[in-house]
Amino acid sequence: MSFFLAASIIKIVVVFTVIMVGVALLTLAERRICAWMQDRLGPNRVGPQGLLQPAADGLKNLVKEETLPAQADQVLFMLAPIMSFVPALLTFAVIPFATPLPTRWGDVEMVVANLPVGFLYILAFGSLGVYGIVLAGWSSNNKYSLLGGLRASAQMISYEIAMGMSTVAVLLIAGNVTLTDVIAKQSPSLFTWNVFPLSLAYFIFIVAAFAETNRLPFDLPEAEGELIAGYHTEYSAMKFSMFYIAEYSNMVTASALMTTLFFGGWDIPFTTWDNTPPWTTLKTLATLAMFSAKVMFFLFLYIWVRWTLPRFRYDQLMALGWKVMLPLALAYVTVIATAIWFLHDGLGWTYDTRFALALFALNLVLAVPLFFVLDRGRIVAGAVAEA
Amino acid sequence: MDGTRILFDGFALLAMGSAGLCITRRNPVASALWLVVTLFALAALFVLLDAQFIAVLQVLVYAGAIMVLFLFVIMLLNLGRAAPTDLKGPLGLGVGVLLAGLLLVQLLVLRQAGPATGGAARATVEQGIIPTVARPLFTAYLVPFEITSLLLLAAIVGAVVLAKRKL
Repeated sequence: MSFFLAASIIKIVVVFTVIMVGVALLTLAERRICAWMQDRLGPNRVGPQGLLQPAADGLKNLVKEETLPAQADQVLFMLAPIMSFVPALLTFAVIPFATPLPTRWGDVEMVVANLPVGFLYILAFGSLGVYGIVLAGWSSNNKYSLLGGLRASAQMISYEIAMGMSTVAVLLIAGNVTLTDVIAKQSPSLFTWNVFPLSLAYFIFIVAAFAETNRLPFDLPEAEGELIAGYHTEYSAMKFSMFYIAEYSNMVTASALMTTLFFGGWDIPFTTWDNTPPWTTLKTLATLAMFSAKVMFFLFLYIWVRWTLPRFRYDQLMALGWKVMLPLALAYVTVIATAIWFLHDGLGWTYDTRFALALFALNLVLAVPLFFVLDRGRIVAGAVAEA
Repeated sequence: MDGTRILFDGFALLAMGSAGLCITRRNPVASALWLVVTLFALAALFVLLDAQFIAVLQVLVYAGAIMVLFLFVIMLLNLGRAAPTDLKGPLGLGVGVLLAGLLLVQLLVLRQAGPATGGAARATVEQGIIPTVARPLFTAYLVPFEITSLLLLAAIVGAVVLAKRKL
């Protein structure tokens, strides 16, 4: 019991520190990659390659004056940054990031809390992040903030449904809601990574994840062109910084989720050496490195997309969410459930590479008409085309 | 007192306290937030009953979706600022007291029936967390379940008809 307690506390401290440092470096990475894409240099003055820039920014935000609008709701105004920041970190608690680490006192699971309802916990806490944004928008007593908060709540609710429905397919394959089981089901080979048998679910998930984290092309809650800075217009110094940290923590969590649900979690492709006991320290380190590499790829994808795509218009965002994503996710769950039922009960296959490849083929067949329909100018049409 | 009892008392007090604050706040946003706290405390009580699935659904559906919609509507209609009292007259008060009394009587009757003897915990161990809820829902209670979905469908169609006069 005391060993469990000690291990848990160490894991919490380590995971928290790694995420915080990672978030700091991610802000730098965003600016450097943006600069690279725009053929500039980006911040490279503070420390080697600008590595100390996040520290300098943090220090600046700490010593800046905190402004408190006179007409704001004081308590909620202070509470809002915290409420947007905490759920992002809580979500990370159930994500397994490596194989168990053997120690002298027994194996330590490399997940902060291996909950039996891990997957649903993620959905539950993922949906709480919106409170911070909504309250920030409302408590600032500023019409631009209010509009940002309204947009945030509408957007989150809309895309959360599609996100939840897209992950139903993952649960159908895993047959369980524990994330360690979800990973175990994906580890036999490369093609059992859920991104292959459930490609379209992954497509829906990644679009919804971008909307949930308020990143371009879905950053309507803070659309600078229309709303100044949206929900955090009135915030300054450390409170503003906390919204920033929350946004990047959400990105880290969403990337970790994509890795866990669709890309095999810590599974190393092309080998089954890492999947089975006896656990060794080397396996833990190797799988941890694999997990980090996958997460970093998705973080890069986030930044890449941000500096590539323009922002949606608000009505387009809503139309996409309700008229495309939701029906698509619902229809997909029906199709994939039927396919799994047919393969499993009709043909008597057990879940393995062959099963996954059969589903992958089905996904490819479905993808062709889908992407033909999603073609620009047909559904995501401009105002002229709609009139 | 063992740990579970202390946790139960703590969360039960939190639930009652925040429920009280929810109905006494003038500011609709504050009320809604206290209701969220109540829902969280109830979720914790479900966890203490070994009903993790119900607890997570409580947070997911009520705190995560329904209360966000509440806040959305409050903000959309700009009801956010503290409003003057809208307490109803003696008639409203009487009906309220009557309903509260009925609930109290119900509670006392349930207390007579005695506590459940850890059935949920045993079923969870035997069948796993979700089958415990899902099996009865899709076998014994299938008809009520389907009727509920019809009810919800009717409500959605009604809302659309009311909102969009011209379809």
